[in-house]
Amino acid sequence: MNYTFNWGVVLTGEYADWILQGLVLTLKVSGLSIVLAMGLGTFVAVLRMTHVKLLQWFALAYTEFFRNTPLLVQIYFWYFGSDPLFPESVKKWLYAGDFSFAAGVIALSVYTSAFIAEEIRSGIFSIPKTQLEASRAVGLSFLQAMRYVILPQAFRIIIPPLISQFLNLIKNSSLVMAIGVMEMTYMARQIESYAFRAFEAFTVVTGIYICISLVVSFLITQYNKHFLRTIKY
Amino acid sequence: MHWDVVIRNFDYFLLGAWPAGPMGGLLMSILLALGGIFGAFWLGLLFGLMRMSRNAWVRLPALVYIEIIRGTPLLLLIFWFYFLAPVLLGKTLPSFQSSLVAFIIFTGAYIAEIVRAGVQALPKGQMEAARGSGLTHVQAMRYVILPQALRNMIPSFVNQFVSLTKDTSLASLIGVNELMLTADQVNNRELTAPMEIFITVAVLYFVVCYVLTSISRRLERQLARYQARGR
Repeated sequence: MNYTFNWGVVLTGEYADWILQGLVLTLKVSGLSIVLAMGLGTFVAVLRMTHVKLLQWFALAYTEFFRNTPLLVQIYFWYFGSDPLFPESVKKWLYAGDFSFAAGVIALSVYTSAFIAEEIRSGIFSIPKTQLEASRAVGLSFLQAMRYVILPQAFRIIIPPLISQFLNLIKNSSLVMAIGVMEMTYMARQIESYAFRAFEAFTVVTGIYICISLVVSFLITQYNKHFLRTIKY
Repeated sequence: MHWDVVIRNFDYFLLGAWPAGPMGGLLMSILLALGGIFGAFWLGLLFGLMRMSRNAWVRLPALVYIEIIRGTPLLLLIFWFYFLAPVLLGKTLPSFQSSLVAFIIFTGAYIAEIVRAGVQALPKGQMEAARGSGLTHVQAMRYVILPQALRNMIPSFVNQFVSLTKDTSLASLIGVNELMLTADQVNNRELTAPMEIFITVAVLYFVVCYVLTSISRRLERQLARYQARGR
């Protein structure tokens, strides 16, 4: 292997700035998508639990479809093919801003929300049925029972699997480089083509991703150790 | 709507230009996924067993491999091997082979964890009884533990195969001519029907993955009946 490493190139100066900008954008894309995916996922999970057949079917189709198609296809769909879907005013607003960013965030949120909906549903199922029946019996409506009794308990159980979904989301956010969002992986490619420093750039970026994932999995273990055992039925 | 574009190119989506020209499309995706899961099974089995070893020199490399790969986005891994191959081998590796290596190494780490979970889920008594009847540790693994554990892992393997099938779409970014790149090519050539093309491609992936997921669910129910349980 005749390759001389030159770490200075990527750790200082302009290229280091690129990686930092990339990291900031990666966190921005992931953060925004996490919030949207949580909202959307909870909504779909609750639809799945209602007694209206049509809503159940819709929620089932939603989760199955978005879980079983590749994220990259979905990103390309929102970026290239979503034009006829949006009303004129929304389109104007989206195209005025950074559309590749918006398409990336929409794709990531929708894709992740399907997984989150399944996690939440299994969380709700793990709560004994008597909880819902008891809260309905004391006079709460279905939505109130969900909001005040079931979901608070379900969320505590599903926090570890939810966090690993967030981790997946951060790793998946690397795919939005395909539509030109300049996040961390994009910047690594950029440095490779500007400076021919593929290894240094990829090593630094891989290191950052691994750090993020190690920190998060450490937090999950701590959570499991200290909080999960306090849950009683 | 321009569904005629999709209909005209449908055989291209499925097979690429094969048999008259190079293979591509869905067929290529499935080949990549099959090759990937085959290699990843052996790699994952090896590292999964290493991960459970009592010898730290054997366990630690497996632990490092699993943690690093599981913390890295697959896309970055694909780029890694794409750019590493010329330096290591002195010549460029075709993108098909280099993406296949990336898929095997990536999926191997996840399979290693499945293997570990599967072996640890068996009741302890199985190993103790096997050792008690005079088998060595390796023999007990080979003839008692793994045959049971691997059977219980089949649904997880199928799930891993499903996500690998979806992940093969990433190979398009280094130029492997599979379904995603085929779609991109048709989209660039026609320019009139992006929505129709990407919906078709999504549905093609969906059909493959959904059939596999359904099989995995059925297997899970059937296999659960035969599982040895601890008390």
